[in-house]
Amino acid sequence: MSGNIFIYIAVMALTTYLIRMLPTVLFRKKITSKFVKSFLFYVPYAVLGAMTVPSVFYSTGNVMTAAAGFIVAVILAFREKSLLTVAIAACAAAFAVSMIC
Amino acid sequence: MKSKLGFKHGLRDGVPIGLGYLSVSFGFGIMAVGEGLSVLNATILSLFNLTSAGQVAGLSIIASGGTYAEMALAQLVINMRYALMSLSLSQKLDKSFTLFHRFTTSFGITDEIFAVAAGKPCNISRSYMYGLMLMPIIGWTGGTFLGAAAGEILPEAVKNALGLAIYGMFIAIVIPPAKKNSGVLTVAATAIVLSCILYYVPLFDNISSGFSVIICAVAASVLGAVVFPVPSSDEEESE
Repeated sequence: MSGNIFIYIAVMALTTYLIRMLPTVLFRKKITSKFVKSFLFYVPYAVLGAMTVPSVFYSTGNVMTAAAGFIVAVILAFREKSLLTVAIAACAAAFAVSMIC
Repeated sequence: MKSKLGFKHGLRDGVPIGLGYLSVSFGFGIMAVGEGLSVLNATILSLFNLTSAGQVAGLSIIASGGTYAEMALAQLVINMRYALMSLSLSQKLDKSFTLFHRFTTSFGITDEIFAVAAGKPCNISRSYMYGLMLMPIIGWTGGTFLGAAAGEILPEAVKNALGLAIYGMFIAIVIPPAKKNSGVLTVAATAIVLSCILYYVPLFDNISSGFSVIICAVAASVLGAVVFPVPSSDEEESE
């Protein structure tokens, strides 16, 4: 470490906060463009999709256990179980498979 | 539909996010101490940043003695998606959001908090938003503290399995709407295909993971907006 840890943290936190804060403070009117509204409606699903695959398969250090957890998560999510249920079941499945393999 | 969602409702919706964060940030705490941060540094870092990918990148910049400019640029690229989310969410905030509350609640925009708030069928109130933010902030900061302080105790297999928690949550957020809405399904599938291309094709090796998310999200969402435009505001936003 060469710089000051607190300055690093302050730079990180300030940059990240400005990114989050500026759009909501500057855009206080309702957007009327159908294209922009549709675009913004789809952003979260696109972000989560891109962040999940393929990264999920490398999240446990073993592709087999991760795949087991992924499959369990997909099945339970398809049955519309709660976020917490899906997350815990995915971890449990990965853990169970890691005990077997 | 004017169903008013209050603080308690937000708090309840935030519990699974908070628990997911607790497990994920536990790993971050272990990592931070491994890179030479004190338990206090790691905990403060998580409290003020509340972001996963950005913090992991930030940690490696701190450890390698990078410049402050490099730090700012890395956070800008990796966390630019929050600007899209913030903009998107600004369209759903009800009249209780005065300027002051926009300044404070925008701190809580993360992938999961945003996804839950954006998934509500009605506009959201500031009390709901504060409720929703609370458990994730506690979970993320507390998990980092616990991981930094006590990471050595947990068996490896448990630590590894906990790595899936956050993805399980992502999956549970995307799949239910994708079942009912072909636009959401197409957008999510497109983003996944693009993300795999950027990840596996050697040509794109030097695209960072944060930037990759931006490319995939923008391309897939533009496609969705062109091919499956969302029905006009009155029906869609149900306000």
